[in-house]
Amino acid sequence: MMIGADAMVKCLEEEHVSMVFGYPGVAICPFYNSILESDIRTILVRTEQNAAHAASGVARTTGGVGVCAVTSGPGATNLITGIATAFADSIPLVCITGQVNSELLGSDVFQEADITGAVESFVKYSYLVRDVNDIPRIFKEAFHIASTGRKGPVLIDVPINVQNARIDKWSYPESVSLRTYKPTVKGNMVQIKKVVRELAKAKRPLICAGGGVHLSEAQESLRSFVETYRIPVVSTMMGIGVMPTEHPLYYGMVGNNGKPFANRAINESDLLIMVGARVADRAVNQPDLITKDKILVHIDVDPAEIGKNAGPTIPLVGDAKHIFEDLSAQDITGEYGEWLKLLESYRERMQPRREEYAGHVDPACFIRLLSEEMEEDAVYVADVGQNQIWSCAYHIVKKGQFLTSGGMGTMGYSIPAAVGAKLANPHRQVVAVCGDGSFQMSMMELATMRQHDVAAKIIVLKNNYLGMVRQYQHFTYDDRYSVVDLSGSPDIAKIAAAYDMDCIVLQNMEHAKDAIRTFLNAKEPILMVCEIHPMDLV
Amino acid sequence: MKKIYSVLVENRSGVLSKVAGLFSRRCFNIDSLAVGETDDPAVSCMTIVSTGDKRTVEQIEKQLNKKLDVIKVKTFDEPHSISRELMLVKVKYNKSNRRDIMETCDILNAQIVDMSKTMMTIQICDEPDRINLLIQMLQTISIVEVARTGTLALPKCMESEN
Repeated sequence: MMIGADAMVKCLEEEHVSMVFGYPGVAICPFYNSILESDIRTILVRTEQNAAHAASGVARTTGGVGVCAVTSGPGATNLITGIATAFADSIPLVCITGQVNSELLGSDVFQEADITGAVESFVKYSYLVRDVNDIPRIFKEAFHIASTGRKGPVLIDVPINVQNARIDKWSYPESVSLRTYKPTVKGNMVQIKKVVRELAKAKRPLICAGGGVHLSEAQESLRSFVETYRIPVVSTMMGIGVMPTEHPLYYGMVGNNGKPFANRAINESDLLIMVGARVADRAVNQPDLITKDKILVHIDVDPAEIGKNAGPTIPLVGDAKHIFEDLSAQDITGEYGEWLKLLESYRERMQPRREEYAGHVDPACFIRLLSEEMEEDAVYVADVGQNQIWSCAYHIVKKGQFLTSGGMGTMGYSIPAAVGAKLANPHRQVVAVCGDGSFQMSMMELATMRQHDVAAKIIVLKNNYLGMVRQYQHFTYDDRYSVVDLSGSPDIAKIAAAYDMDCIVLQNMEHAKDAIRTFLNAKEPILMVCEIHPMDLV
Repeated sequence: MKKIYSVLVENRSGVLSKVAGLFSRRCFNIDSLAVGETDDPAVSCMTIVSTGDKRTVEQIEKQLNKKLDVIKVKTFDEPHSISRELMLVKVKYNKSNRRDIMETCDILNAQIVDMSKTMMTIQICDEPDRINLLIQMLQTISIVEVARTGTLALPKCMESEN
């Protein structure tokens, strides 16, 4: 006899899910009982939000769908920030929540929460399963919706009686048929030809790559395209890693916290190709500037993103990979040598200057040194705050990946995401870099790392402040600091010891290189605390 | 500018709240919203009237299309549509104004559908402007309560349409 919970597990097997992050409670117990019969690995996180972040780490490093499963009520509501984080960055997740008995829905029984209602604006789609026989179809659809078109999280809410109900007949659908969902992935040839014509006319073309390039796995096609035609590239925060940082055609991250020469390149370009980027405020502060005096081509798989913040000259709906493959097949005449020379001179002249505080760890030097020592294909997970901006500015991506919560800016993302990334890629080096604020939002996950021997590495840039907000108050409120002092924080080395982990404390740059080597060579989960000057600015 | 969106959606629970939620979350106005089943019981039609600039109009259409429960969105404006609204209005009357009310109803093509010794209910089905006109005319006497359906609209019949 097969029940709903067994079917849920079988669906995950059909989708080749290898691990599920979660936190059980009565309402999801049938599922967690059935999963014992499966080879799917279960990872107990220490708070539900981190189950979604860990699943995000898996999705982003494997190209698959991350899966988490939590209980009803508070379990489900705790998951919301994680879901919203994935939604903002278009990360494909399937989030399963247990729910109270469907006959009691709406009567406010113990641990009941209207989770499908609550997450409506943060999910690509959600289901409340009412009939056990719908489980195979719903799971098939959920994985399809999460992983196609503009990717994103899908939530499946399963009442406990549905999980326990007998399923008549098991069969997993081979395909989905959704009359309302057929994303356009292939770019319109007429529009592509227009882009080719504009490229021929342009003197100063520039490509701005966003997270969508990673999501469509178009990095290679984009790289080979720009290398063939010698077109310079900048990126948004989510687009970091599309080009190796030291690629001669890459001019860094744009935006408020980006490189001055990258912003200048945007301003002076006469043809700007935005690809897989939302034109959101952090990357493009004044959207009208990118349409003034230039041709704007906007490539995105989500038609609603095109024209949302800036009206493009050439809208091009489709998947970045398909479009760059199609573009590469075209004959493009265009010579941009002068433009590259100009950008190169900007790069030399406009290097940002930083004030270094002697006697402390300088985050810029430290992150550069760390990058140099890291393995080529390493995964670097930056948290949110000053640590994120320093990471964006100084980490050198070679063949690896750079992960961070770009859209939502969710503090505490890095440790659970690193846990997911490391579990999914046991042979890759995975380093999380956070601040002392974000560390304390996720430090409970050290237990998860210990329990499952997750040899991810954690670096805490410690300045005893919520540095990003302190910096904002420094500039905006003339140093009137309000609620940013982190006094009372624990001794992180002792915290590490409590979880039976090694911890290296780095007070200044003197022995930084040796310390980094020891840190990176560790086989076990390990922490490193870097003492940053409290007044250091990004 | 004023636009009418005729939105075909899957007739499932929660779809109305998803569509309404989309409007509130993205700060789009809803002037009126009317929902009903179509000839296919699996499909509902929402008629939404909204005002906004060009960018908003385009975004409303795109964001609606993005919703997985939305089957089809048709956007049109008033001159290119036939639009109707139904209103029931209950008024208090007396001997001295009864004839006036009846005359007003006659002129505006409204019907008296229910009455007691002191009150009557008037029904009108017309374009939204004419409905507002009737309200204006009745405001001089005492209106007890009003129920309106919101605008229903369909694009005008054109030979090119199949």
